Amino acid sequence: MSAGAPRSLASSGQKSIQDMCHPLSAQESALSPGRAADKDLILPNGTPVDTSSPASSSSLLNRLHLDDDLDGETRDLFVTVDDPKKHVSTMETYITYRVCTKTSRTEFDLPEYSVRRRYQDFDWLRNKLEESQPTHLIPPLPEKFVMKGVVDRFSEEFVETRRKALDKFLKRVADHPVLSFNEHFNAFLSAKDLNKRQGLALLTKMGESVKFVTGGYKPRARPAEFAAMGDYLDLFTPKLGTIDRIAQRIIKEQSEFLMELREYGPVYSSWSSFEEDLHDPLEGVSGCVSNCSSALEELTEDMSEDFLPVLREYVLYIESMKNVLKKRDQVQAEYETKLEAVVFREDKKTPVPTDVEKCQDRVECFNADLKADWDRWENNKRQDFRQLLTGMADKNIQYYEKCLAAWESLIPLLQDKQEAEGETS
Amino acid sequence: MADSGSEDIAVIGNTDLTPSESENNLKNTMVEKGTNLLKMMEISVAEAEKRTGKNAVNMQETYTVYLIETRPVDAASEGTNPVPDSLWRRYSEFELLRNYLLVTYPFLVVPPLPEKRAEFVWHKLSADNMDPDFVERRRVGLENFLLRVASHPDLSSDNIFYSFLTEENGWKETVFETGFQAKADSRLKALNATFRVKNPDKRFAEMKHYGDELQSVISQLLRVRARAADRLYGVYKVHGNYGRVFSEWSAIEKEMGDGLQSAGHHMDAYAASVDDILEEEEHYADQLKEYLFYADALRAVCRKHELTQYELEMATMDLTSKKQQREELATGMIRTFSLKGMTSKLFGQETPEQREAKLKMLETQIEEGKEMVKERNAECEEFVKSAWVDIERFKEQKDHDLREALISYAIMQISMCKKGIQVWNNAKECFSKM
Repeated sequence: MSAGAPRSLASSGQKSIQDMCHPLSAQESALSPGRAADKDLILPNGTPVDTSSPASSSSLLNRLHLDDDLDGETRDLFVTVDDPKKHVSTMETYITYRVCTKTSRTEFDLPEYSVRRRYQDFDWLRNKLEESQPTHLIPPLPEKFVMKGVVDRFSEEFVETRRKALDKFLKRVADHPVLSFNEHFNAFLSAKDLNKRQGLALLTKMGESVKFVTGGYKPRARPAEFAAMGDYLDLFTPKLGTIDRIAQRIIKEQSEFLMELREYGPVYSSWSSFEEDLHDPLEGVSGCVSNCSSALEELTEDMSEDFLPVLREYVLYIESMKNVLKKRDQVQAEYETKLEAVVFREDKKTPVPTDVEKCQDRVECFNADLKADWDRWENNKRQDFRQLLTGMADKNIQYYEKCLAAWESLIPLLQDKQEAEGETS
Repeated sequence: MADSGSEDIAVIGNTDLTPSESENNLKNTMVEKGTNLLKMMEISVAEAEKRTGKNAVNMQETYTVYLIETRPVDAASEGTNPVPDSLWRRYSEFELLRNYLLVTYPFLVVPPLPEKRAEFVWHKLSADNMDPDFVERRRVGLENFLLRVASHPDLSSDNIFYSFLTEENGWKETVFETGFQAKADSRLKALNATFRVKNPDKRFAEMKHYGDELQSVISQLLRVRARAADRLYGVYKVHGNYGRVFSEWSAIEKEMGDGLQSAGHHMDAYAASVDDILEEEEHYADQLKEYLFYADALRAVCRKHELTQYELEMATMDLTSKKQQREELATGMIRTFSLKGMTSKLFGQETPEQREAKLKMLETQIEEGKEMVKERNAECEEFVKSAWVDIERFKEQKDHDLREALISYAIMQISMCKKGIQVWNNAKECFSKM
């Protein structure tokens, strides 16, 4: 069963096909290595970006999420998540985030929006997207449940980590040629109050053509390219798990090293207290060790906040992708079962019933959507991991640079007295 | 052995001397006080070797011997490169030498030996005395010890030290012949005894206190450093796991594969680099350890001062009491209680002849006592003078050496940081090509 020629797909939103980027055009040549050459970068919401160090340039890239099938000029939808605020009411305490949109698309009434949303709202959006666009890969959200008592849901680090993940989620949706035109997405970005029941009405309008009945049909052999996807995901998942464990182990070892350093530095200080000539050098060493300790603390915090969550996100992403693959299998199974039933019952002269034709359509659409999304996913994955690992390297470089600066500045202090002694003797 | 190949040895200025004559020449020059031996002679502990033999209780034992090489200084500058004199010594012989020096020069801060057993080890470092790394570090420490002694203004001219360097056979007997053992025992007793000094020299009391504090702080420093080294080892080594997983991952990727694979190699290199880093840091730890043990030597000198001071005070007290007894006897007034006094009161006065005899005895004792006090006083003064000179010398040496140690430690850290930056930059380049 090969994917048929692309047609006006029911799931493509309201735009006509000529106006849209073809989903299959997602397989473009790779973006040149992410290095922001322009020093005066400004975020879509107008705030200037600090690009003084290479590491912050790559974080900038993270925020802009440049996509390789849409260069800067053809982009017409920019979304950011920022400004977390705590809301305390008698019933509950929760965090809201500001969602800013800038767009020139006619699907939106205004060119700019600024709304406040909480995690629940993001979760709602994702569910709606999954329901209404079942043939597409929906980006993952950060984990919903956090164990109270283990993680502080209101700590700065947790909120910031979550904000970054939510920002990434919306940007991935905004970059998707099909998902970005989704009605629910539009409502999410623009509605003052997100009336979540509103979605139901929209769904029934579009529902018929997209709601698939996935009911226990006997699974068939996957076509080669989808089998390859499944195999890859099965091989990739444990690698991610291993990397996650290694990263955690490193953080743990570094934290324990940090603990020792915090005891080590002060010993030099107490030594200096009963020395005369050696007082300044020993104090200097103590200060140096203290600086290195701070630098190490920053490194481990950064890795915890930036590195681990992205890995975990991909694990979630892969889970939902496997589910989409299974859904596709079911659609194919349904089609093939019905087709076989028809073939067996009647002779070849009578035309295939419309029911079976519809199934065929569904299979072809699903396959096309999924293939396009897979290619896009592969590119994103490559970019994301390139960024992630480059970021890890950057953080380590910064750590060593800070330590280097500290020790280098100590040398003249240590040698100073010697020169003075040389002069007087 | 001083005899082997001695024709090849260039003696300072004169190459026509017979071997025995040249030997005497060297010896006599060495005895000159205040001469720094190192100006005459190069000393090194060149090698270490394992030996097996029968010990005192006729059991097989394995031990290490160290090769001490000596060579007159001018030999190298004259262009000829004669074979150095050499002999083998084991650690226990070094200990014997040091004990001899401690007893013979109690007013000097005697350089310490490297530790007998490995302490303050972090887990990867072996605590085994036979471990080649430990033996190597010990070799360096023993050389350092010899150089310290040879550059000391007083110790360098000691004969026993000289023959330690040059006479393989019979050295032990020579040492024992000096009879230092007897002094050693009493010294040990003195150092361990508790006594109170009425007027200790403030400076020595302060020095002793300093020695205590130094010992305590360096011990703490070494302990924490060892724990930190352990942790640092863990951090680096875990990165090696990235190497493996990147390699495996690259196998299932198309375009990302090459970048991942080569980045993995850099992670392996990073993990491997920690071994050299920590090996270098051990040198720093050894430098600190030397001063940890030096603190002990310093305390010993202060203790010895207390002892001499105490003995002076005892002698003075004894003299005073004898003088008082004489006065009482002469004037008949009893001021101090004595059993003799009581019995004479109870059983009647002594005869004038008896009193006369007693007085005479006391006079003798007083004269002896005066001599004793004079002697002890001189001893004390002499000790204080010599010891303080050496303590001042030690202070300067300590300040200089520790400052140097801190500088080289900082340089080590700088080197480690630079290596880290380089490896991660390499990895970053690979990642950016993914």
